[in-house]
Amino acid sequence: MQSQIPDIFQIPLINYVLLASILFIIGIVGVLIRRNAIIIFMSVELMLNAVNLLLVAFSSYRSDPAGQVFVFFIMAVAAAEVAVGLAIIVMIYRNIRSIDVSLLDKLKW
Amino acid sequence: MYPILVLSVTGLVTLFLGFLKSKKILLPASLLFVAIAFLSNFIDWNAPGLYFYDMLEATNLSIIFSSIILLSAFLVMALSKGFLDDEHAQPAEYFAILQFSLVGAIMMTNFQNLIMLFVGVEILSVSMYILTGSDKRNIRGNEAALKYFLMGSFATGIMLFGMAMLYGANYTFNISDARILLLQPVTDVRPVFLYVGVTFLLIGLLFKVSAAPFHFWTPDVYEGAPTIFTTFMSTVVKTAGFAAIYRILEVSFSPMYNFWWVMIVTMAILSLFISNITAIAQQSFKRMLAFSSISHAGYMLLAVVGLNNKSGDSIVFYSLAYALATISAFGVLMIVSKDRLVDGRPNENIAVLNGLSKKSPFLAVVLAISMLSLAGIPLTAGFWGKFYVFTDAASRGHIWVLVIAIMMSAVGIYYYFKPIIAAYMKEGEGENIRLSAFYKIILGLTTAGSILLGLFPDLIRELL
Repeated sequence: MQSQIPDIFQIPLINYVLLASILFIIGIVGVLIRRNAIIIFMSVELMLNAVNLLLVAFSSYRSDPAGQVFVFFIMAVAAAEVAVGLAIIVMIYRNIRSIDVSLLDKLKW
Repeated sequence: MYPILVLSVTGLVTLFLGFLKSKKILLPASLLFVAIAFLSNFIDWNAPGLYFYDMLEATNLSIIFSSIILLSAFLVMALSKGFLDDEHAQPAEYFAILQFSLVGAIMMTNFQNLIMLFVGVEILSVSMYILTGSDKRNIRGNEAALKYFLMGSFATGIMLFGMAMLYGANYTFNISDARILLLQPVTDVRPVFLYVGVTFLLIGLLFKVSAAPFHFWTPDVYEGAPTIFTTFMSTVVKTAGFAAIYRILEVSFSPMYNFWWVMIVTMAILSLFISNITAIAQQSFKRMLAFSSISHAGYMLLAVVGLNNKSGDSIVFYSLAYALATISAFGVLMIVSKDRLVDGRPNENIAVLNGLSKKSPFLAVVLAISMLSLAGIPLTAGFWGKFYVFTDAASRGHIWVLVIAIMMSAVGIYYYFKPIIAAYMKEGEGENIRLSAFYKIILGLTTAGSILLGLFPDLIRELL
Protein backbone atom coordinates (compact mmCIF):
# COMPACT_ATOMS: atom_id res chain seq x y z
CA MET A 1 0.00 0.00 0.00
CA GLN A 2 2.68 2.44 1.10
CA SER A 3 4.88 1.62 -1.87
CA GLN A 4 2.12 2.18 -4.43
CA ILE A 5 0.99 5.67 -3.52
CA PRO A 6 4.21 7.49 -4.48
CA ASP A 7 4.05 5.90 -7.96
CA ILE A 8 1.12 8.12 -8.89
CA PHE A 9 2.97 11.22 -7.86
CA GLN A 10 6.06 10.47 -9.95
CA ILE A 11 4.21 12.04 -12.87
CA PRO A 12 3.27 15.63 -12.00
CA LEU A 13 -0.43 16.52 -12.10
CA ILE A 14 0.12 19.13 -14.78
CA ASN A 15 1.05 16.37 -17.26
CA TYR A 16 -2.35 14.79 -16.87
CA VAL A 17 -3.99 18.16 -17.27
CA LEU A 18 -2.04 18.81 -20.46
CA LEU A 19 -2.81 15.35 -21.87
CA ALA A 20 -6.52 15.77 -21.12
CA SER A 21 -6.53 19.24 -22.65
CA ILE A 22 -4.82 17.98 -25.81
CA LEU A 23 -7.34 15.14 -26.15
CA PHE A 24 -10.14 17.62 -25.58
CA ILE A 25 -8.82 19.95 -28.28
CA ILE A 26 -8.47 17.03 -30.71
CA GLY A 27 -12.13 16.28 -30.00
CA ILE A 28 -13.18 19.90 -30.64
CA VAL A 29 -11.22 20.06 -33.90
CA GLY A 30 -12.76 16.75 -34.96
CA VAL A 31 -16.27 18.04 -34.37
CA LEU A 32 -15.56 21.20 -36.32
CA ILE A 33 -13.83 19.81 -39.41
CA ARG A 34 -15.18 16.29 -40.03
CA ARG A 35 -18.27 15.80 -42.19
CA ASN A 36 -19.24 12.25 -41.26
CA ALA A 37 -21.85 12.13 -38.50
CA ILE A 38 -20.32 9.04 -36.87
CA ILE A 39 -16.85 10.61 -36.75
CA ILE A 40 -18.24 13.82 -35.28
CA PHE A 41 -19.93 11.66 -32.71
CA MET A 42 -16.66 9.85 -31.97
CA SER A 43 -14.96 13.21 -31.46
CA VAL A 44 -17.64 14.17 -28.93
CA GLU A 45 -16.97 10.92 -27.08
CA LEU A 46 -13.26 11.77 -27.11
CA MET A 47 -14.07 15.09 -25.46
CA LEU A 48 -16.07 13.33 -22.77
CA ASN A 49 -13.28 10.85 -22.12
CA ALA A 50 -10.73 13.65 -21.86
CA VAL A 51 -12.93 15.08 -19.12
CA ASN A 52 -13.06 11.69 -17.41
CA LEU A 53 -9.26 11.48 -17.44
CA LEU A 54 -9.00 14.96 -15.99
CA LEU A 55 -11.47 14.19 -13.21
CA VAL A 56 -9.76 10.93 -12.29
CA ALA A 57 -6.36 12.62 -12.22
CA PHE A 58 -7.56 15.39 -9.92
CA SER A 59 -9.42 12.89 -7.82
CA SER A 60 -6.47 10.57 -7.19
CA TYR A 61 -4.03 13.41 -6.52
CA ARG A 62 -6.28 14.75 -3.83
CA SER A 63 -7.51 11.32 -2.61
CA ASP A 64 -11.03 12.69 -2.96
CA PRO A 65 -13.62 10.24 -4.32
CA ALA A 66 -16.11 12.86 -5.58
CA GLY A 67 -14.36 13.17 -8.93
CA GLN A 68 -14.49 9.44 -9.57
CA VAL A 69 -18.19 9.37 -8.71
CA PHE A 70 -18.74 12.08 -11.28
CA VAL A 71 -16.92 9.93 -13.86
CA PHE A 72 -19.50 7.18 -13.34
CA PHE A 73 -22.29 9.67 -13.97
CA ILE A 74 -20.57 10.85 -17.15
CA MET A 75 -20.17 7.28 -18.38
CA ALA A 76 -23.82 6.44 -17.72
CA VAL A 77 -25.08 9.61 -19.38
CA ALA A 78 -22.72 9.14 -22.34
CA ALA A 79 -24.19 5.67 -22.84
CA ALA A 80 -27.69 7.14 -22.94
CA GLU A 81 -26.51 9.75 -25.41
CA VAL A 82 -24.97 7.09 -27.63
CA ALA A 83 -28.27 5.21 -27.70
CA VAL A 84 -30.23 8.28 -28.78
CA GLY A 85 -27.54 9.59 -31.11
CA LEU A 86 -27.09 6.35 -33.02
CA ALA A 87 -30.87 6.05 -33.33
CA ILE A 88 -30.99 9.51 -34.89
CA ILE A 89 -28.14 8.65 -37.28
CA VAL A 90 -29.86 5.39 -38.33
CA MET A 91 -33.10 7.33 -38.89
CA ILE A 92 -31.27 9.75 -41.18
CA TYR A 93 -29.52 6.94 -43.03
CA ARG A 94 -32.90 5.32 -43.75
CA ASN A 95 -34.17 8.50 -45.32
CA ILE A 96 -31.22 9.78 -47.36
CA ARG A 97 -28.91 6.71 -47.55
CA SER A 98 -25.97 8.75 -46.26
CA ILE A 99 -24.67 10.18 -43.01
CA ASP A 100 -22.68 13.03 -44.52
CA VAL A 101 -23.75 16.11 -42.59
CA SER A 102 -23.05 18.41 -45.56
CA LEU A 103 -25.96 16.73 -47.39
CA LEU A 104 -28.29 18.01 -44.70
CA ASP A 105 -29.01 21.51 -45.96
CA LYS A 106 -32.81 21.64 -46.14
CA LEU A 107 -32.99 24.11 -43.27
CA LYS A 108 -31.19 27.10 -44.79
CA TRP A 109 -32.81 30.35 -45.78
CA MET B 1 -38.03 18.96 -4.99
CA TYR B 2 -41.19 16.79 -4.77
CA PRO B 3 -42.09 17.31 -8.46
CA ILE B 4 -38.96 15.29 -9.31
CA LEU B 5 -40.33 12.30 -7.42
CA VAL B 6 -43.86 12.78 -8.73
CA LEU B 7 -42.86 13.13 -12.37
CA SER B 8 -40.39 10.23 -12.29
CA VAL B 9 -43.20 7.93 -11.18
CA THR B 10 -45.95 9.38 -13.37
CA GLY B 11 -43.68 9.24 -16.41
CA LEU B 12 -43.44 5.49 -15.97
CA VAL B 13 -47.20 5.27 -15.35
CA THR B 14 -47.79 7.17 -18.60
CA LEU B 15 -45.67 4.64 -20.48
CA PHE B 16 -47.87 1.85 -19.14
CA LEU B 17 -51.04 3.78 -20.02
CA GLY B 18 -49.80 3.47 -23.60
CA PHE B 19 -50.78 -0.20 -23.52
CA LEU B 20 -54.44 0.77 -23.39
CA LYS B 21 -56.40 0.59 -26.65
CA SER B 22 -57.79 4.09 -26.33
CA LYS B 23 -55.24 6.89 -26.64
CA LYS B 24 -57.77 9.45 -25.41
CA ILE B 25 -56.92 8.91 -21.75
CA LEU B 26 -53.29 10.02 -22.20
CA LEU B 27 -53.83 13.75 -22.49
CA PRO B 28 -56.07 14.19 -19.42
CA ALA B 29 -53.86 11.81 -17.44
CA SER B 30 -50.67 13.71 -18.31
CA LEU B 31 -52.29 17.04 -17.54
CA LEU B 32 -53.39 15.66 -14.19
CA PHE B 33 -49.87 14.38 -13.46
CA VAL B 34 -48.28 17.73 -14.25
CA ALA B 35 -50.91 19.48 -12.14
CA ILE B 36 -50.09 17.17 -9.21
CA ALA B 37 -46.40 17.94 -9.68
CA PHE B 38 -47.23 21.65 -9.74
CA LEU B 39 -49.09 21.42 -6.44
CA SER B 40 -46.47 19.20 -4.80
CA ASN B 41 -43.94 21.87 -5.69
CA PHE B 42 -45.36 24.15 -3.03
CA ILE B 43 -44.82 21.73 -0.15
CA ASP B 44 -41.37 23.29 0.23
CA TRP B 45 -42.70 26.86 0.04
CA ASN B 46 -41.11 29.04 2.75
CA ALA B 47 -39.32 25.94 4.04
CA PRO B 48 -35.96 26.07 2.29
CA GLY B 49 -33.67 23.12 2.81
CA LEU B 50 -31.19 20.69 1.35
CA TYR B 51 -32.22 17.30 0.05
CA PHE B 52 -30.51 14.03 -0.89
CA TYR B 53 -27.21 14.59 0.95
CA ASP B 54 -26.80 18.22 -0.21
CA MET B 55 -27.50 17.38 -3.84
CA LEU B 56 -30.55 19.62 -4.27
CA GLU B 57 -31.65 22.77 -2.50
CA ALA B 58 -35.22 24.02 -2.41
CA THR B 59 -35.55 27.80 -2.13
CA ASN B 60 -38.52 30.01 -2.89
CA LEU B 61 -36.83 31.22 -6.05
CA SER B 62 -36.20 27.70 -7.32
CA ILE B 63 -39.80 26.77 -6.50
CA ILE B 64 -41.05 29.71 -8.55
CA PHE B 65 -38.80 28.71 -11.46
CA SER B 66 -40.07 25.12 -11.26
CA SER B 67 -43.63 26.41 -11.18
CA ILE B 68 -43.08 28.43 -14.36
CA ILE B 69 -41.58 25.35 -16.02
CA LEU B 70 -44.49 23.14 -14.96
CA LEU B 71 -47.05 25.77 -15.96
CA SER B 72 -45.52 26.14 -19.45
CA ALA B 73 -45.37 22.36 -19.79
CA PHE B 74 -49.04 22.11 -18.79
CA LEU B 75 -50.09 24.68 -21.38
CA VAL B 76 -47.95 23.11 -24.12
CA MET B 77 -49.33 19.65 -23.39
CA ALA B 78 -52.86 21.04 -23.46
CA LEU B 79 -52.21 22.52 -26.92
CA SER B 80 -51.00 19.15 -28.23
CA LYS B 81 -54.57 17.76 -28.44
CA GLY B 82 -53.12 14.43 -27.35
CA PHE B 83 -51.36 13.95 -30.73
CA LEU B 84 -54.55 12.26 -31.94
CA ASP B 85 -54.49 13.98 -35.33
CA ASP B 86 -51.29 12.26 -36.43
CA GLU B 87 -51.62 8.55 -37.14
CA HIS B 88 -47.84 7.97 -36.89
CA ALA B 89 -47.54 9.66 -33.51
CA GLN B 90 -46.71 7.71 -30.34
CA PRO B 91 -48.63 9.75 -27.74
CA ALA B 92 -47.77 7.63 -24.70
CA GLU B 93 -44.04 7.89 -25.38
CA TYR B 94 -44.23 11.61 -26.14
CA PHE B 95 -46.05 12.40 -22.92
CA ALA B 96 -43.73 10.15 -20.90
CA ILE B 97 -40.63 11.81 -22.40
CA LEU B 98 -42.09 15.26 -21.76
CA GLN B 99 -42.58 14.35 -18.10
CA PHE B 100 -39.08 12.90 -17.80
CA SER B 101 -37.62 16.00 -19.39
CA LEU B 102 -39.41 18.08 -16.75
CA VAL B 103 -37.52 16.11 -14.10
CA GLY B 104 -34.28 17.30 -15.69
CA ALA B 105 -35.56 20.87 -15.95
CA ILE B 106 -36.50 20.95 -12.27
CA MET B 107 -33.13 19.52 -11.28
CA MET B 108 -31.57 22.44 -13.16
CA THR B 109 -33.53 24.95 -11.09
CA ASN B 110 -32.53 23.66 -7.66
CA PHE B 111 -29.21 21.87 -7.96
CA GLN B 112 -26.74 22.30 -5.14
CA ASN B 113 -24.06 20.08 -6.66
CA LEU B 114 -22.53 20.26 -10.14
CA ILE B 115 -23.31 16.55 -10.63
CA MET B 116 -27.01 17.36 -10.41
CA LEU B 117 -26.60 20.25 -12.84
CA PHE B 118 -24.95 17.93 -15.34
CA VAL B 119 -27.52 15.16 -14.91
CA GLY B 120 -30.39 17.65 -15.16
CA VAL B 121 -29.02 19.26 -18.31
CA GLU B 122 -28.56 15.85 -19.89
CA ILE B 123 -32.00 14.50 -18.98
CA LEU B 124 -33.57 17.59 -20.50
CA SER B 125 -31.35 17.60 -23.60
CA VAL B 126 -31.56 13.90 -24.44
CA SER B 127 -35.36 14.06 -24.15
CA MET B 128 -35.41 17.04 -26.47
CA TYR B 129 -33.19 15.27 -29.05
CA ILE B 130 -35.75 12.46 -29.20
CA LEU B 131 -38.75 14.77 -29.45
CA THR B 132 -37.12 16.94 -32.13
CA GLY B 133 -36.71 13.88 -34.33
CA SER B 134 -40.06 12.38 -33.39
CA ASP B 135 -41.47 12.92 -36.90
CA LYS B 136 -39.39 10.12 -38.36
CA ARG B 137 -40.50 10.41 -42.00
CA ASN B 138 -39.82 14.11 -42.21
CA ILE B 139 -36.34 14.83 -43.54
CA ARG B 140 -36.32 18.33 -42.04
CA GLY B 141 -37.16 16.93 -38.64
CA ASN B 142 -34.33 14.40 -39.03
CA GLU B 143 -31.90 17.12 -39.93
CA ALA B 144 -32.99 19.24 -37.00
CA ALA B 145 -32.60 16.28 -34.63
CA LEU B 146 -29.08 15.51 -35.84
CA LYS B 147 -27.99 19.14 -35.65
CA TYR B 148 -29.46 19.52 -32.19
CA PHE B 149 -27.90 16.28 -31.04
CA LEU B 150 -24.39 17.00 -32.35
CA MET B 151 -24.37 20.61 -31.16
CA GLY B 152 -25.95 19.70 -27.84
CA SER B 153 -23.51 16.93 -27.00
CA PHE B 154 -20.64 19.17 -28.10
CA ALA B 155 -21.90 21.79 -25.66
CA THR B 156 -22.18 19.14 -22.95
CA GLY B 157 -18.55 18.19 -23.53
CA ILE B 158 -17.48 21.82 -23.12
CA MET B 159 -19.59 22.23 -19.99
CA LEU B 160 -18.10 19.06 -18.49
CA PHE B 161 -14.57 20.24 -19.17
CA GLY B 162 -15.44 23.39 -17.27
CA MET B 163 -16.79 21.35 -14.37
CA ALA B 164 -13.65 19.18 -14.29
CA MET B 165 -11.46 22.30 -14.22
CA LEU B 166 -13.55 23.76 -11.40
CA TYR B 167 -13.07 20.50 -9.54
CA GLY B 168 -9.33 20.87 -10.06
CA ALA B 169 -9.48 24.36 -8.59
CA ASN B 170 -11.82 23.77 -5.66
CA TYR B 171 -11.88 19.99 -5.10
CA THR B 172 -15.59 20.13 -4.49
CA PHE B 173 -18.72 19.96 -6.62
CA ASN B 174 -20.85 21.68 -4.01
CA ILE B 175 -21.59 25.19 -5.24
CA SER B 176 -21.88 26.77 -1.79
CA ASP B 177 -18.55 25.29 -0.65
CA ALA B 178 -16.98 26.53 -3.88
CA ARG B 179 -18.08 30.06 -3.02
CA ILE B 180 -16.41 29.87 0.40
CA LEU B 181 -13.18 28.77 -1.30
CA LEU B 182 -13.45 31.62 -3.81
CA LEU B 183 -13.41 34.14 -0.99
CA GLN B 184 -10.06 32.84 0.27
CA PRO B 185 -6.69 34.01 -1.14
CA VAL B 186 -5.53 31.99 -4.13
CA THR B 187 -2.31 30.06 -4.66
CA ASP B 188 -0.20 28.60 -7.54
CA VAL B 189 -2.11 27.30 -10.60
CA ARG B 190 -5.56 27.47 -9.05
CA PRO B 191 -6.67 30.71 -10.75
CA VAL B 192 -5.97 29.22 -14.20
CA PHE B 193 -8.16 26.21 -13.50
CA LEU B 194 -10.77 28.45 -12.01
CA TYR B 195 -10.95 30.87 -14.93
CA VAL B 196 -10.93 28.11 -17.54
CA GLY B 197 -13.58 26.27 -15.55
CA VAL B 198 -15.95 29.21 -15.17
CA THR B 199 -15.57 30.17 -18.83
CA PHE B 200 -16.23 26.68 -20.18
CA LEU B 201 -19.09 25.99 -17.80
CA LEU B 202 -20.81 29.22 -18.82
CA ILE B 203 -20.20 28.55 -22.53
CA GLY B 204 -21.82 25.13 -22.16
CA LEU B 205 -24.86 26.54 -20.40
CA LEU B 206 -25.21 29.49 -22.78
CA PHE B 207 -25.19 27.00 -25.65
CA LYS B 208 -28.29 25.43 -24.14
CA VAL B 209 -30.16 28.72 -23.86
CA SER B 210 -28.97 29.69 -27.37
CA ALA B 211 -27.23 32.98 -26.65
CA ALA B 212 -25.11 34.32 -29.52
CA PRO B 213 -22.44 33.39 -30.66
CA PHE B 214 -23.63 29.88 -29.74
CA HIS B 215 -27.02 30.29 -31.36
CA PHE B 216 -26.45 28.89 -34.85
CA TRP B 217 -28.33 25.65 -34.17
CA THR B 218 -31.43 27.42 -32.85
CA PRO B 219 -33.22 28.58 -36.05
CA ASP B 220 -32.68 25.24 -37.79
CA VAL B 221 -33.79 23.14 -34.84
CA TYR B 222 -36.79 25.33 -34.06
CA GLU B 223 -37.90 25.24 -37.67
CA GLY B 224 -37.36 21.52 -38.22
CA ALA B 225 -38.92 20.22 -35.01
CA PRO B 226 -42.68 19.66 -34.80
CA THR B 227 -44.24 22.96 -33.66
CA ILE B 228 -45.54 21.57 -30.40
CA PHE B 229 -42.04 20.53 -29.35
CA THR B 230 -40.58 23.80 -30.57
CA THR B 231 -42.93 25.51 -28.13
CA PHE B 232 -41.76 23.24 -25.35
CA MET B 233 -38.12 23.88 -26.25
CA SER B 234 -38.43 27.63 -26.39
CA THR B 235 -40.24 27.91 -23.05
CA VAL B 236 -39.21 25.07 -20.73
CA VAL B 237 -35.60 24.65 -21.87
CA LYS B 238 -34.96 28.38 -21.85
CA THR B 239 -36.45 28.94 -18.40
CA ALA B 240 -34.53 26.00 -16.95
CA GLY B 241 -31.30 27.15 -18.60
CA PHE B 242 -31.59 30.64 -17.20
CA ALA B 243 -32.53 29.35 -13.77
CA ALA B 244 -29.32 27.28 -13.84
CA ILE B 245 -27.13 30.14 -15.11
CA TYR B 246 -28.51 32.52 -12.52
CA ARG B 247 -28.16 29.97 -9.73
CA ILE B 248 -24.56 29.05 -10.46
CA LEU B 249 -23.50 32.69 -10.87
CA GLU B 250 -25.41 33.96 -7.86
CA VAL B 251 -24.62 31.17 -5.39
CA SER B 252 -21.13 30.25 -6.50
CA PHE B 253 -19.37 32.81 -8.69
CA SER B 254 -20.68 36.15 -7.49
CA PRO B 255 -17.26 36.96 -5.90
CA MET B 256 -15.78 36.70 -9.42
CA TYR B 257 -18.19 39.23 -10.95
CA ASN B 258 -15.37 41.29 -12.40
CA PHE B 259 -14.14 38.28 -14.34
CA TRP B 260 -17.33 37.02 -15.95
CA TRP B 261 -19.42 40.12 -16.49
CA VAL B 262 -17.42 41.11 -19.58
CA MET B 263 -18.14 37.73 -21.17
CA ILE B 264 -21.85 37.82 -20.33
CA VAL B 265 -22.29 41.39 -21.48
CA THR B 266 -20.56 40.64 -24.80
CA MET B 267 -22.85 37.70 -25.39
CA ALA B 268 -25.93 39.69 -24.44
CA ILE B 269 -25.10 42.44 -26.92
CA LEU B 270 -24.15 39.95 -29.66
CA SER B 271 -27.43 38.09 -29.12
CA LEU B 272 -29.43 41.29 -29.36
CA PHE B 273 -27.66 42.49 -32.50
CA ILE B 274 -27.52 39.24 -34.46
CA SER B 275 -31.02 38.02 -33.67
CA ASN B 276 -32.90 41.28 -34.17
CA ILE B 277 -31.15 42.14 -37.42
CA THR B 278 -31.55 38.63 -38.86
CA ALA B 279 -35.18 38.29 -37.78
CA ILE B 280 -36.17 41.21 -40.02
CA ALA B 281 -35.36 39.16 -43.13
CA GLN B 282 -37.30 36.04 -42.13
CA GLN B 283 -40.28 34.86 -44.16
CA SER B 284 -41.11 31.92 -41.91
CA PHE B 285 -43.02 32.74 -38.75
CA LYS B 286 -41.42 29.86 -36.90
CA ARG B 287 -37.92 30.95 -37.86
CA MET B 288 -38.74 34.50 -36.85
CA LEU B 289 -39.84 33.26 -33.43
CA ALA B 290 -36.57 31.31 -33.20
CA PHE B 291 -34.58 34.52 -33.69
CA SER B 292 -36.92 36.24 -31.27
CA SER B 293 -36.05 33.52 -28.75
CA ILE B 294 -32.33 34.32 -29.21
CA SER B 295 -32.99 38.01 -28.65
CA HIS B 296 -34.96 37.27 -25.47
CA ALA B 297 -31.98 35.23 -24.26
CA GLY B 298 -29.99 38.44 -24.75
CA TYR B 299 -32.44 40.47 -22.66
CA MET B 300 -32.44 37.88 -19.89
CA LEU B 301 -28.64 37.95 -19.84
CA LEU B 302 -28.91 41.67 -19.02
CA ALA B 303 -30.51 40.71 -15.71
CA VAL B 304 -27.53 38.43 -15.06
CA VAL B 305 -25.14 41.25 -15.96
CA GLY B 306 -26.75 43.46 -13.33
CA LEU B 307 -26.49 40.74 -10.72
CA ASN B 308 -28.11 41.90 -7.48
CA ASN B 309 -30.57 40.44 -5.02
CA LYS B 310 -33.51 41.43 -7.26
CA SER B 311 -32.26 40.04 -10.58
CA GLY B 312 -33.55 36.54 -9.82
CA ASP B 313 -37.05 38.04 -9.63
CA SER B 314 -36.48 39.85 -12.91
CA ILE B 315 -35.54 36.62 -14.66
CA VAL B 316 -38.60 34.94 -13.14
CA PHE B 317 -40.88 37.68 -14.42
CA TYR B 318 -39.23 37.79 -17.82
CA SER B 319 -39.39 34.04 -18.35
CA LEU B 320 -43.05 33.95 -17.32
CA ALA B 321 -43.95 36.83 -19.66
CA TYR B 322 -41.94 35.26 -22.47
CA ALA B 323 -43.41 31.78 -21.93
CA LEU B 324 -47.01 33.05 -21.97
CA ALA B 325 -46.50 35.11 -25.14
CA THR B 326 -44.55 32.36 -26.94
CA ILE B 327 -47.12 29.69 -26.14
CA SER B 328 -49.91 31.91 -27.52
CA ALA B 329 -47.93 32.70 -30.68
CA PHE B 330 -47.02 29.08 -31.40
CA GLY B 331 -50.55 27.98 -30.49
CA VAL B 332 -52.02 30.31 -33.11
CA LEU B 333 -49.45 29.17 -35.66
CA MET B 334 -50.27 25.51 -34.98
CA ILE B 335 -54.00 26.04 -35.52
CA VAL B 336 -53.64 28.24 -38.59
CA SER B 337 -50.98 26.22 -40.38
CA LYS B 338 -52.44 22.77 -39.67
CA ASP B 339 -54.58 22.51 -42.81
CA ARG B 340 -52.42 24.55 -45.15
CA LEU B 341 -49.90 22.02 -46.40
CA VAL B 342 -46.94 22.81 -48.64
CA ASP B 343 -44.84 19.79 -49.70
CA GLY B 344 -46.57 17.68 -47.07
CA ARG B 345 -45.62 20.02 -44.25
CA PRO B 346 -47.68 22.74 -42.60
CA ASN B 347 -47.11 26.11 -44.24
CA GLU B 348 -45.39 28.23 -41.62
CA ASN B 349 -44.78 31.45 -43.53
CA ILE B 350 -45.98 34.73 -42.11
CA ALA B 351 -48.28 34.91 -45.16
CA VAL B 352 -50.35 32.06 -43.74
CA LEU B 353 -51.70 34.54 -41.18
CA ASN B 354 -53.14 36.81 -43.89
CA GLY B 355 -56.72 37.83 -43.17
CA LEU B 356 -56.80 36.06 -39.82
CA SER B 357 -58.95 38.81 -38.28
CA LYS B 358 -61.81 37.86 -40.67
CA LYS B 359 -61.35 34.12 -40.36
CA SER B 360 -61.12 34.04 -36.59
CA PRO B 361 -61.19 37.33 -34.67
CA PHE B 362 -60.32 35.53 -31.43
CA LEU B 363 -57.08 34.08 -32.82
CA ALA B 364 -56.14 37.44 -34.30
CA VAL B 365 -56.47 39.10 -30.90
CA VAL B 366 -54.43 36.35 -29.23
CA LEU B 367 -51.72 36.72 -31.86
CA ALA B 368 -51.68 40.52 -31.61
CA ILE B 369 -51.37 40.52 -27.82
CA SER B 370 -48.63 37.89 -27.83
CA MET B 371 -46.65 39.86 -30.43
CA LEU B 372 -47.11 43.11 -28.48
CA SER B 373 -45.93 41.35 -25.34
CA LEU B 374 -42.86 39.94 -27.10
CA ALA B 375 -42.09 43.40 -28.52
CA GLY B 376 -42.42 44.93 -25.05
CA ILE B 377 -45.27 47.39 -25.62
CA PRO B 378 -46.66 48.90 -22.38
CA LEU B 379 -49.70 47.29 -20.73
CA THR B 380 -48.40 43.83 -21.62
CA ALA B 381 -46.23 41.55 -19.50
CA GLY B 382 -43.31 41.86 -21.91
CA PHE B 383 -42.97 45.57 -21.18
CA TRP B 384 -42.47 45.04 -17.46
CA GLY B 385 -40.14 42.11 -18.13
CA LYS B 386 -37.90 44.38 -20.18
CA PHE B 387 -38.29 47.20 -17.66
CA TYR B 388 -37.05 45.02 -14.80
CA VAL B 389 -34.05 43.59 -16.66
CA PHE B 390 -33.07 47.09 -17.81
CA THR B 391 -33.34 48.33 -14.22
CA ASP B 392 -31.02 45.53 -13.11
CA ALA B 393 -28.45 46.34 -15.77
CA ALA B 394 -28.65 50.02 -14.82
CA SER B 395 -28.14 49.24 -11.14
CA ARG B 396 -24.56 48.14 -11.92
CA GLY B 397 -24.03 51.28 -13.98
CA HIS B 398 -23.95 49.71 -17.45
CA ILE B 399 -25.84 52.53 -19.14
CA TRP B 400 -24.27 52.02 -22.59
CA VAL B 401 -25.56 48.45 -22.60
CA LEU B 402 -29.04 49.80 -21.98
CA VAL B 403 -28.80 52.19 -24.92
CA ILE B 404 -27.97 49.29 -27.25
CA ALA B 405 -30.69 47.09 -25.76
CA ILE B 406 -33.35 49.78 -26.17
CA MET B 407 -32.26 50.43 -29.77
CA MET B 408 -32.55 46.72 -30.50
CA SER B 409 -35.98 46.43 -28.92
CA ALA B 410 -37.05 49.24 -31.26
CA VAL B 411 -35.80 47.10 -34.17
CA GLY B 412 -37.78 44.22 -32.67
CA ILE B 413 -41.03 46.18 -32.90
CA TYR B 414 -40.65 46.21 -36.70
CA TYR B 415 -40.67 42.47 -37.17
CA TYR B 416 -43.13 41.70 -34.38
CA PHE B 417 -45.65 43.90 -36.17
CA LYS B 418 -45.36 41.96 -39.44
CA PRO B 419 -47.66 39.12 -38.27
CA ILE B 420 -50.12 41.65 -36.83
CA ILE B 421 -50.21 43.54 -40.14
CA ALA B 422 -50.68 40.24 -41.98
CA ALA B 423 -53.56 39.31 -39.70
CA TYR B 424 -55.40 42.63 -39.78
CA MET B 425 -54.52 44.50 -42.98
CA LYS B 426 -54.06 41.81 -45.62
CA GLU B 427 -56.67 39.81 -47.47
CA GLY B 428 -56.38 36.07 -47.05
CA GLU B 429 -57.91 33.03 -48.65
CA GLY B 430 -59.40 29.98 -47.03
CA GLU B 431 -62.49 29.52 -44.95
CA ASN B 432 -63.24 30.45 -41.37
CA ILE B 433 -61.34 28.62 -38.66
CA ARG B 434 -63.39 26.77 -36.09
CA LEU B 435 -61.87 26.44 -32.68
CA SER B 436 -62.63 23.85 -30.04
CA ALA B 437 -63.64 25.24 -26.66
CA PHE B 438 -60.56 23.68 -25.06
CA TYR B 439 -58.18 25.63 -27.32
CA LYS B 440 -60.14 28.79 -26.61
CA ILE B 441 -59.71 28.33 -22.86
CA ILE B 442 -55.97 27.65 -23.09
CA LEU B 443 -55.22 30.53 -25.45
CA GLY B 444 -57.56 32.76 -23.46
CA LEU B 445 -55.62 31.93 -20.30
CA THR B 446 -52.20 32.73 -21.81
CA THR B 447 -53.50 35.99 -23.28
CA ALA B 448 -55.24 36.98 -20.05
CA GLY B 449 -52.00 36.19 -18.22
CA SER B 450 -50.01 38.48 -20.51
CA ILE B 451 -52.41 41.36 -19.94
CA LEU B 452 -52.86 40.75 -16.22
CA LEU B 453 -49.10 40.78 -15.62
CA GLY B 454 -48.90 43.89 -17.77
CA LEU B 455 -51.48 45.70 -15.66
CA PHE B 456 -50.40 44.39 -12.26
CA PRO B 457 -46.71 43.45 -12.48
CA ASP B 458 -46.42 43.44 -8.70
CA LEU B 459 -48.45 40.23 -8.48
CA ILE B 460 -45.35 38.13 -9.11
CA ARG B 461 -42.80 40.46 -7.55
CA GLU B 462 -44.58 40.49 -4.22
CA LEU B 463 -44.81 36.72 -4.18
CA LEU B 464 -41.04 36.36 -3.84
